Order: sequence, then structure tokens, then C-alpha cells
Amino acid sequence: MSALLEVDHLEVNFGGRVSAVRGASVTVERGETHCLVGESGCGKSVTALAVMNLLARGARRSAKRLAFEGQDLTGLSDSGMAHLRGNAMAMIFQEPMTCLNPAYTVGSQMTEVLRRHRKTTQRAATDRAADLLARVGITAPGLRLGQFPHQLSGGLRQRVMIAMALMCDPKLLIADEPTTALDVTVQAQILRLLAGLQRDLGLGMLLITHDLGIVARVGHRVSVMYAGEVVESAPTAELFANPKHPYTKGLLRCVPVPGKIRRDEPLGSIPGTVPRIGPGFEGCAFRERCDFADATCAHTIPRHAASAAHDFLCRLPA
Amino acid sequence: MLQFLVRRLIVAILVAATVMTLAFILTRLSGDLAISIAGPNATQADVEAVRKAYGLDRPLTVQFFDWVGRAATGDLGESYFFKTKVSKLIGERMPITITLGLTGLVIALLVSLPLGILAAVRENTALDRVVQMVALLGQAMPSFWLGLILMITLGLQLGWLPISGTGSWQHYVMPGIVLAFSAIPALTRLTRAGMIQAMGSDYIRTARAKGLSRASILLKHALRNAAIPVVAIAAVQLGFMLGGSIVIEQVFALHGVGFLAWESIGKNDFPVVQAVVLVLAVIYVALTMVADLMNAVLDPRLRGP
Ligand SMILES: Nc1ncnc2c1ncn2[C@@H]1O[C@H](COP(=O)(O)OP(=O)(O)OP(=O)(O)O)[C@@H](O)[C@H]1O
Ligand code: SF4
Ligand SMILES: [Mg+2]
Repeated sequence: MSALLEVDHLEVNFGGRVSAVRGASVTVERGETHCLVGESGCGKSVTALAVMNLLARGARRSAKRLAFEGQDLTGLSDSGMAHLRGNAMAMIFQEPMTCLNPAYTVGSQMTEVLRRHRKTTQRAATDRAADLLARVGITAPGLRLGQFPHQLSGGLRQRVMIAMALMCDPKLLIADEPTTALDVTVQAQILRLLAGLQRDLGLGMLLITHDLGIVARVGHRVSVMYAGEVVESAPTAELFANPKHPYTKGLLRCVPVPGKIRRDEPLGSIPGTVPRIGPGFEGCAFRERCDFADATCAHTIPRHAASAAHDFLCRLPA
Repeated sequence: MLQFLVRRLIVAILVAATVMTLAFILTRLSGDLAISIAGPNATQADVEAVRKAYGLDRPLTVQFFDWVGRAATGDLGESYFFKTKVSKLIGERMPITITLGLTGLVIALLVSLPLGILAAVRENTALDRVVQMVALLGQAMPSFWLGLILMITLGLQLGWLPISGTGSWQHYVMPGIVLAFSAIPALTRLTRAGMIQAMGSDYIRTARAKGLSRASILLKHALRNAAIPVVAIAAVQLGFMLGGSIVIEQVFALHGVGFLAWESIGKNDFPVVQAVVLVLAVIYVALTMVADLMNAVLDPRLRGP
């Protein structure tokens, strides 16, 4: 059986000048949580949006393979894609404050997605919405359903978004920093909820996060992105124990106590910033900041396998 | 909300007071009322008698406050020419003017909303530019000229529509189109801008992520938000149209309030002129308040937590 989501050599550029994603590959298996980590601006959100075909106007997407349950998404019509979205594949966005329509109540926005994809009554849809709001830890769901987004805090809005994404029992959930707006207890509750859904429903998840604590707790697999490329990908335990790419090592070094991952630790404490890269760039994008860089790093870099499930993109041998 | 309404009411009263003062001063500037009322063959004694009978011998300030005082209680005085109550005159003709204004507004919305949506969806294409150009042309066209062109083409050459009078609903179509033309540019531009902004927003991305149909995304989610300023401006535009009907009613011989004002100016029938100006101003102010209320109805954020 094919994987739930296959992304092979995804490329996204904006107006032909900015290459936001440069050949990134990610595979999400059924029931797996695949974490995508990396500094701000490295292309995590763009990758997620490209999978959902929700990129802004003017963005160009191409891929060697982009498939959901074996079905090719690149050739899919708009209506075919709309059929999958919100239904078998759902997404939670990074911007909880602005993601809900200010003109409609929480209830109306939650029920419409279920009624779009399933034959149900308004009554049943409302019940399901209330049930999911309760499951993401919202008290008095009945009251919340009648409220407008501006009446909710950022944390509540984010939880509404999460509940809304779950309305149709998706098989794949793409979650772009779903817990950043939430406090630690709620965060733990949401992660437990998602882990539970994963067990019960075989939900596959592409989880974008800055938080290595979350990766350590819920990630089955991690892919590290840098400047639009996946520079290293491995099962979580293996990546933490045996990082290969100098950038991954840098990220892990930023975590203060070795072996113990501290929560809330932002990535990107490595000196320097992610370069903006245009088309035609060659070599390793990390070379300006890498301690091991040499002349060969300016040429095409091979991908090495450290083990069967662990590969990285660096001139250094495994 | 209450505080907001009170503030609005104070502004409304100030506007009404200003308009009343201006209307009063302007009508007095045009010469000696008593002479024009008494007519060309009147003797000096007749004129004096008229002056006394109409209270025009009193100081201007006394006349002004007398008028304001009566107007505040709903008494707009009596017409010099028709010899009937001004309120009755205006009341009889108001339905025609309001019908005309609403016809204009409906036509304007029927044209602007689809045009604006179309231009936004096809942003920066040839179609978008054509729409914007048409809107610009509409703005540059004087309404009496457009009225005459329509009369010649639709009325005389094609014979589709009657060119003057108020006998049937068809009589309102041409003047309605002319009135609508003044509002279409602003409403189209506003719809276009609102739709472009909405379509680029995060909540529209959410709507797309939910797999909603294109119609639902455009009309339910985007237009609902884009329409908020459009509805508000439409109410204000209706006020402009009612004022603009002074010219249009003249061109199409519709005997509404605008026509009445025009006639009365020619006859120096000052109580009528003053009253029409006042009534139109009050309606205009009321419509801007309606616009604010519509805003609050359409935008949940303005209704408070
Ligand atoms: N609509 C757009 N037009 C042009 N460039 C864009 C657009 N959206 C994203 N980019 C660029 O693409 C790159 C990747 O952005 P992306 O949002 O994917 O980063 P990210 O990894 O999600 O960062 P963060 O952790 O801050 O969310 C950035 O350089 C960004 O400037
Ligand atoms: S390829 Fe060169 S520059 Fe890039 S990470 Fe490896 S050693 Fe560093
Ligand atoms: Mg992002």
C-alpha cells in the first residue's frame, strides 16, 4: 500500500525570483506523526500550503511526485482537490487570530465543513461541533458555537481551528504550529488529543513546529528543513541520538541541557540567518554558516544514507 | 453603542441647524420677497400690505427663529404660491422622489456588485481594466447630458421607454439609470477593493482549506465581508441621489420633491424652498445614521463583545 502522503522533490517559487522550497521530500505514513522543523523562513509553511494547493497567487508549484493515498495531486482539478480538502486532508494554520471569518459564528463555520462533505442534518452537525469543541478542551461549547471569532481569545480560536479541522475525520492532518498560541497545559491537552486520534483513527499528521520538546514527545519521524530543502530526515530517537547534518547538530546544540529537551526553546540560535535563495543556486545553502564548509560545498551535494530510514544532505560522509 | 448614537444625533442636529441657516440666508439674498409675491402690477401700498401679512416686516433674526421654532414642531409654514401647507405639498410629492431614488439605488447595486466582483476575481486582467475605465467614464459624465442621450436613444429612436411623466414603472427606468450612473463608479470600486482584500485574507484561505465550493467562497465568505462598506456607502449614495433628483426630475418631468423645489425657486416661494432643503438634509443625515446601523448589523465586531 502506498504511503498516506508522498512529497518528492517539491519546488515552489514566487514570481520566479524567490525559491521558497527547493526539492523538499517528505513522506507521511498512516498513523504517523512526521515533524517538520527548521528556522523561521526555511519554507515549512510554504511546503504545507503547497501540499494543500493553497499557495498565494503568483506562486508556482512543481514536484516529481505529490500524492495522497497514491492519488496524484498535481494533476487534480480544482473541484477534485476541494473534495479532498477539509475532508480526507485537513489543515490548521499558523495564524489563529485571522483564520476564522469575522462575519460568521463559530458554529456556522464548523458545521458548514461537515455539511459540505457529508450528508447530515444541521442538528447533527452542531452536535458534532459541540462534541469536538469539548474534546479540544473548550468549556461551555454550546455558548462558544453561538459566538463570533472576535469574542474569543487567540488560544480559543486556535482550538476552534483544530476542532474544525477534525470535523470530517481527516486521514491526514497538516498542523502548522498548532500549539504556539496556547499555554502549556492546554498544549499538553491538545497533543494528547491528537495522539489519541492518531491511535483511534489512524490519523497521519504533518506537524510543523519550532518546539523540539514537542518533537521529542509526539514525533515518530523528523525532517529538518533549511532554506527550502530537507537537509536531514530520520526517526525521532535516531535523529536526537545521532544527528548527521551540521545544521541539525547546531539545532540540537541550541538546546541547553544535552539529552534533555527543554520546552519553549526557539530554534535559530545558530549564528547568522537563512539566506534568501533565487533560482539557479548551487551547492549547500548552509555553507556560509557551517564550521565544516570547504570548496566542495559550493557544488552539488550528495544525499547520504546513515541508515535505512535516516538520510542527510551534506558532503561529509556518513 | 448608545454613546455612539447620541454622538450621531448631536451631529445630525448640528447639520440640520447649519442647513436651516444657509437655506434661510440664501433665500433672503435673492431680493425683496414682498415685491415678488405682490406681483408686477402691485402698488407700493399692496407691497406693504403683503410685507405685513407674511411677517416680512419683522427683523430677520425674528423671522429666522420663528421659522426654526415652527419647523422644530413640524410646522413648515404655508406656500405663497399654492396657498396650502408646505408639509402637505412635500408629502404628496415625496413618494415619487423616493421611488426614483430607490430605483436608482437598486440599478446601481445590480450593476456595481457583479462588476466589482468580476473585476476583483479577474484582478489585473484586461477585463478588470475595462471595468475600471467604465467606472471612470461614468464619473465624468454630467447627469443631465446622460439623461438627454438616453431620452434620444432609448426614448425617441428606439421607443422602448417613455421619456417623461410618472404614469407607470417604466417612467422611472431612465431617470433611475441616470441617477444610478452617479453612484456606480464609487460602488464598483469599493466592491472591487473589498473583494480583493477579502480574497487575499486568511479566512478565505481557511474556506478553501475546508473544500468549500467556489460560489460559497466568493459569495458567502468574501462578499459578506466586502459588502460591509459597500452597504454603508450605498445608503449615503441614496442621500446624494435624492438631492441629485432636483436635476433629474426636471429633465424627465417627474413631479417629485426635486421638481417642486425647482418650481418654487422660480416663483420665489421661499417657505417651500427652505422646507425642501431642510427635509432633504434631514433625510440625508438620517441615511448616514442608517449606514452606521447597517454597518453594525453586518459587522459583528461593531456590536461589541
Ligand atoms: N506569498 C509569498 N510571496 C513571496 N514570498 C513568500 C510568500 N510566502 C512565503 N514566502 C517566502 O517563502 C519563504 C518561506 O516561508 P515560510 O512561510 O514557508 O517559512 P516558515 O518556515 O513557515 O517560517 P516560520 O517558522 O516563520 O513560519 C520565506 O522566505 C518567505 O519570505
Ligand atoms: S555540505 Fe558543506 S557546508 Fe553544507 S553542511 Fe555539509 S559541510 Fe557544511
Ligand atoms: Mg510558517
